[in-house]
Amino acid sequence: MTLEELQRTAQEERASQSKVACHLHVCTAASCLSAGSAQVKQALEQELAERGMRSFCRVKGVGCMGLCSAGPLVAAHPEGFLYGRVTPEDAPDITRSLVEGRPVRRLSVPTDQPFFRRQLKLVLENAGLVDPERLEEYIAAGGYASLLKALTEMTPQDVIREVTISGLRGRGGAGYPTGLKWSTVAKSTDAEKYVVCNADEGDPGAFMDRAVLESDPHRVLEGMTIAAYAVGARHGFIYVRAEYPLAVARLRTAIRQAERAGLLGNRIAGTPFSFHIEVRLGAGAFVCGEETALMASIEGRRGTPRPRPPYPAEYGLWGHSTLINNVETFANIPVIVREGGQWFARIGTATSKGTKVFALAGRVVNTGLIEVPMGISLREIIYEIGGGIPDGRRFKAVQTGGPSGGCIPEEHLDTPVDYESLAALGSMMGSGGLIVMDDATCMVDLARFFLEFSKGESCGKCVPCRVGTAHLYELLDRLVKGEADGESLRMLEELSDLLRHTSLCGLGQSAPNPVLSTLRYFREEYEAHLAGRCLAGTCRVGANR
Amino acid sequence: MNAGIKTLRIDGRDVSARADQTILQVARENDIFIPSLCYLEGLSPVGACRLCLVEVKGASRLLPACVTRVEEGMEVTTRSERLDAYRRMILELLFSERNHICSVCVSNGHCELQSLAERLNLTHVHFPYRYPRLPVDASHPRFVADHNRCILCTRCVRVCDEIEGAHTWDVMGRGIEARVITDLNQPWGESESCTSCGKCVHVCPTGALSEKGRSVAEMAKRRQFLPYLTMMRTQAR
Repeated sequence: MTLEELQRTAQEERASQSKVACHLHVCTAASCLSAGSAQVKQALEQELAERGMRSFCRVKGVGCMGLCSAGPLVAAHPEGFLYGRVTPEDAPDITRSLVEGRPVRRLSVPTDQPFFRRQLKLVLENAGLVDPERLEEYIAAGGYASLLKALTEMTPQDVIREVTISGLRGRGGAGYPTGLKWSTVAKSTDAEKYVVCNADEGDPGAFMDRAVLESDPHRVLEGMTIAAYAVGARHGFIYVRAEYPLAVARLRTAIRQAERAGLLGNRIAGTPFSFHIEVRLGAGAFVCGEETALMASIEGRRGTPRPRPPYPAEYGLWGHSTLINNVETFANIPVIVREGGQWFARIGTATSKGTKVFALAGRVVNTGLIEVPMGISLREIIYEIGGGIPDGRRFKAVQTGGPSGGCIPEEHLDTPVDYESLAALGSMMGSGGLIVMDDATCMVDLARFFLEFSKGESCGKCVPCRVGTAHLYELLDRLVKGEADGESLRMLEELSDLLRHTSLCGLGQSAPNPVLSTLRYFREEYEAHLAGRCLAGTCRVGANR
Repeated sequence: MNAGIKTLRIDGRDVSARADQTILQVARENDIFIPSLCYLEGLSPVGACRLCLVEVKGASRLLPACVTRVEEGMEVTTRSERLDAYRRMILELLFSERNHICSVCVSNGHCELQSLAERLNLTHVHFPYRYPRLPVDASHPRFVADHNRCILCTRCVRVCDEIEGAHTWDVMGRGIEARVITDLNQPWGESESCTSCGKCVHVCPTGALSEKGRSVAEMAKRRQFLPYLTMMRTQAR
């Protein structure tokens, strides 16, 4: 598909869409589907057919609209009415309201609330608007224009320069400068190079990558293809966990569509550049999100990390130079190429540019998927976007970064969200899980939960992580049950220090973070447990004494 | 000028090295002691036991000497209070992980874990012993695998794959549940790939793999074959 053909497809698609007066967008991402949105979509289609309204209104399955707690979500366009907790029985009312031009009051979700107003959508700009299973809709929304711009108007160096200027940093959590990573791989003289997309999202409570893949899979393919052009790779892999069947299905559909349209595969868009993408499924090991373990798994070996250096840029898949980025990182690329690095760098803070997608979960009123500019404060996220703590309870802590991150207490809520500030608090940006806890959460029990996770997900290769996480878990378990002795806090600190400094990979090095951050901000809860009390009142301390 | 030679400083001593050598290799050539358990000359290094971690000036974290290549002007510290403390704790973790009661072990007196503990003045294990009940596989006619003594260094896995070429051994399970297995977790005696060469037994640092008929303290390992085989292979090329 050449540029002219791409533009023609976009025009045709827009013309076809404007033939119908209105569209009903039904969320068909995983969380709304699990709340029954497939039945809602079917009921709406049936209702429209029965009333003979199909030429007037079209029902469309779209990706995530964000406010998962109010799902299943249905949006009526062009009016922009948003309906929450829709059931199939609501279909007659919704179709009637289309004719009347008035929203169905009882289902309405206000769209002027801070949850929507405070967000800035770049990565999720198409989520909830395009049908993730139709290439034409992505093209009509401006999709693949960045790829064709890169291929026809820019050299690979130009692309890398824009990405470098943009200040984009890895969205998988560690925040390595993306432009630097790309230029390292581009400089390699290796004849065979690979581009890998890390979609092995595994943090408990995190679903950003899943939502991006389910809502806008072509965006990730476009980002990867631009990356491949920039670094000189011809083959790519998307490593996605098998627990995301819908994301896998949509990715496969998208790859097939893009190949058929000549936007992926041999001689893309009539240029000499070729790039192929294959999907590889993860078998459920959290450690395979670590890049060296991920590559071992793609190669068909046991997914265990190896020491770095050599880094993948130098020695990656099958020994070849390899570029590995996270889903969200790739999803940022089309915007950067389209708008320019300078434009992108104006969003965010001095060191953290652009936006970040978060999965907002736990004890907040509005849970779901959000995208916010870097530098927004945690307080704004939790109290404005999240709508505060439900049931009149008090905020206690917010957990970022999953099992590698830490808990941030009330007094640090005004901290801006950027890589350095979160790390300074003993937590980390992580891939974007954000779990809010109220005063009914025991922090010792929380630390135990995360260590149980890390213990189970340690690959067992290096001694500190394999044995250390088991001891940490057991110490915390005894603390929770009130069976610990006075030595345990010192031993927790000692083991945490050992793991952090001697473990082989990021999993072991960051596994103690949930312990260290809760010890730092909630030490009194540990001491209370030692004294036979649980301050949150949730643990049966001393029941076994 | 030969670009393949580097000079560096280990514990204040100036040493020279080939560019493809690791810190551990150069240290050993110069009789500088760095403890290690998973490393064995002749097998590919994996950096798993973390005992050979050293401090390198300018590096933000500790580096495993067994896989870190030398660099010109590198300044390496192999012993410090911090490193000693970490090494002792790693050994303690190993002792607490399974069952390492030396007095009833076939390898007593010939065990690398035991001798390292002595050398690093480890007198107590202050972590609770886990004592899992793991099987002893005596199904092989000549050898015994006692998982209670295994420290998961994977020397057996590597020697079987890289030197013998049988790949009988591998690792199963994750984290604290991980253990070495023969074939597809079948009894060793029923393994179809095992050639009964015994290389795994002789590279094993502890009493986890032993020959049948050995009693307490009788299992001394013979590793001479490994440097010999490595040398013969490189010369044959």
